[in-house]
Amino acid sequence: MSLGYYVKSFTLWEFVKAHWLTLKYFFKPKATINYPYEKNPISPRFRGEHALRRYPNGEERCIACKLCEAICPAQAITIEAQPRDDGSRRTTRYDIDMTKCIYCGFCQEACPVDAIVEGPNFEFATETREELIYDKAKLLENGDKWERAIAANLAADAPYR
Amino acid sequence: MPKVKVDGVELEVPAGATVLQACELAGKEIPRFCYHERLSIAGNCRMCLVEVKPGPPKPQASCALPAAEGQEIRTDSEMVKKAREGVMEFLLINHPLDCPICDQGGECDLQDQSVAYGKGSSRFEENKRAVTEKYMGPIVKTVMTRCIQCTRCVRFAEEVAGVPEIGAIYRGENMQITTYLEHAAKSELSGNVVDLCPVGALTSKPYAFEARPWELKKTHAIDVMDAVGTNIRLDSRGRQVLRAVPRINDDVNEEWASDKTRHNVDGLVRKRLDKPYVRKDGKLVPATWNEAFAAIAAVQHGGSVAALAGDLLDCETMFAGKALVEKLGGSLLEGRQTGLAYDVSSLSAVNFNTTLNGLETADVILLVGTNLRWEAPLVNTRIRKAIKKGAKVFALGPQVDLTYKVEWLGNDASLLAKLPEAVVEAFGKAARPAMIVGGGVLAKDGAHGDTLALVETLGLIKDGWNGYNVLHFAAARMGGLMLGYATQGGIKAVAAAKPKLLFSLGADEVDYSAFEDSFKVYVGHHGDKGAHAADVILPGASYAEKAGTYVNLEGRVQRGEKAVFAPGDAREDWSILRALSEVLGATLPFDSFDALRTEMAKAVPALGVEGLADYGWSSPKLPTGATGEFGSPIKDFYLTNAICRASPTMQQCSAELIHGETFAEAAE
Repeated sequence: MSLGYYVKSFTLWEFVKAHWLTLKYFFKPKATINYPYEKNPISPRFRGEHALRRYPNGEERCIACKLCEAICPAQAITIEAQPRDDGSRRTTRYDIDMTKCIYCGFCQEACPVDAIVEGPNFEFATETREELIYDKAKLLENGDKWERAIAANLAADAPYR
Repeated sequence: MPKVKVDGVELEVPAGATVLQACELAGKEIPRFCYHERLSIAGNCRMCLVEVKPGPPKPQASCALPAAEGQEIRTDSEMVKKAREGVMEFLLINHPLDCPICDQGGECDLQDQSVAYGKGSSRFEENKRAVTEKYMGPIVKTVMTRCIQCTRCVRFAEEVAGVPEIGAIYRGENMQITTYLEHAAKSELSGNVVDLCPVGALTSKPYAFEARPWELKKTHAIDVMDAVGTNIRLDSRGRQVLRAVPRINDDVNEEWASDKTRHNVDGLVRKRLDKPYVRKDGKLVPATWNEAFAAIAAVQHGGSVAALAGDLLDCETMFAGKALVEKLGGSLLEGRQTGLAYDVSSLSAVNFNTTLNGLETADVILLVGTNLRWEAPLVNTRIRKAIKKGAKVFALGPQVDLTYKVEWLGNDASLLAKLPEAVVEAFGKAARPAMIVGGGVLAKDGAHGDTLALVETLGLIKDGWNGYNVLHFAAARMGGLMLGYATQGGIKAVAAAKPKLLFSLGADEVDYSAFEDSFKVYVGHHGDKGAHAADVILPGASYAEKAGTYVNLEGRVQRGEKAVFAPGDAREDWSILRALSEVLGATLPFDSFDALRTEMAKAVPALGVEGLADYGWSSPKLPTGATGEFGSPIKDFYLTNAICRASPTMQQCSAELIHGETFAEAAE
């Protein structure tokens, strides 16, 4: 036991040190943000909630090639297709089980027409599991809702592809 | 037997082989589009280029080059690689890159080979060619922009199907494949061009956009649409069979299947019986299995039990039905639903003895009372092959277009007794004469005997050759006859015996008005004639929903597997009969499908072995002296059974191809 030990013990030196640290951070700028009123910036490559996009003329992009269904490692996508009245190839069913999805982004990589994309939205928590089983209408609605953000992200990422 | 060297390995190839075949024998893969083993050689895709020495110092199309003694063939040289890349680049100049919306995607020769042999990029910057869609009938969908002009479809239509209605017009880049005046190709085999097309130019119309090949479960099955026993592969997803495609079996169907075989599968999900029904106050009402069984158990039959077998049944179901009837004290079994009552004392006298393969080698053929194109389209292709080898065909019966040159003798059964001199003479000279006896003959009193009498006169039986052939067109027929589903006097005799309890095992062609007093139990899969007449309906499984043994018209025992489960409460037929037997107090001695098969093989050993059953040859003495015209037993090729009648595709084919209604305009 050295003399220094007794001095530190009697002056409660460790308490002093701890308070000093607290005081230092008290005057530093805050690292946390005020979620949900504030949000962190996210990458254009962020893989959030899925959406099915449309062309500017309103025609849905998806052509039911089923490549996303084939590549999906979690087998979360289910597609059924049929010729539409005008003879074009369209899905009659496009379901994504968001509880199965692992957000790997393979579906959007596989898509030849940029129809299925993982958008920037990550706030889609639900109260029941059933709500997380997305059908075609929900996905198209997502696409309509997020189209501007998605298009901007795709454009931002395009030079690196 | 020339000796050639392929990539430095010397091997001997059969005389007449091409360089491509020599390379295949050496285990080298040669990419190709236009070459097909069963079609003539065209040599127009140029994909099969190889380097051959001696010869000109340029790559040569191996499919059209005969292998010759001392050739040195290289398939792996730099020149060959470059040649293939070049050809592929040319082929892709006008081929649209629309694989994602193409139904061929995933099973496309062009896709696979461009990955394997292509360059990965194109230098073509101009506009691609576009071609208008052609109308090819209700079965073939065309996207002619994708066509690479291999002309396989043209050659198939001309050589195998015998309907030279598909052809090419214009030349060079403007060349287009089309049907004559854009009418539907009127052939029972038109669906095969879909398989032949190496790209997505010709695809299946009913299957359009339904599924991708990688998501389908593939099951080997046997077709039941006709008696040929076409080997098929059922592609299913979930609980639905989406398509049927032929498997290669050189002894039976080679590589073809009729349109009915391919496209009846959409009938498997329509008009299905998916729960038991019991007739109450004249109306069929849904019931539980127990109620249905109780209703049957309430019948006081006193041993007066009969069973009628339908045309689509597997042997196991028929065996179980027979066992049940016998256990209940009955003995009346019949499978010839339309009232045929021909003699079955010798199975060889009602068998296709020449075999399908043998028929190809026949040199004189006499067709009696048959429309082969409808009764067995694949037998017709065999005759076409025989004709190509020089066979001569005579025919007796109602005149139809059989797609080849036939000398029609007239439609008069009495001609059988006094055949024209020319026929007798031709048969006298023939080494391998064959006679095909169709359904029209079996329906006519005395005609079967007349044809059997001709066996002697025409010398149909020679050493190692039996030229007497009866052509059945029900898949269950030969199996049924082997199991004893034939009563002396036919179905009329069964009706005359007035059975108290009648089991109808998928029998939909029977005239049930003759069985008014019987309590009719229908075990089957479609709500067709049999179900309408029934007092109790027990929902069974169709051919896609049960494993089964089938015997084709030449006595070939084949086995199919189960592709999907039957819908709703429906069960496999044998298990229905087994469960029912317990309620009726006549428990059948098998608890599993395997046990049933073992029992069946014990009773009829031939059904236990796959392959040709040997019936020997014996000709019963039958009454002769038929007169009058032969009828045609098939009224509508596309609607011969309950599955077809439920299928929208078959309905459309019938309306359009047989009754001449046009849908072409409506589609535009």
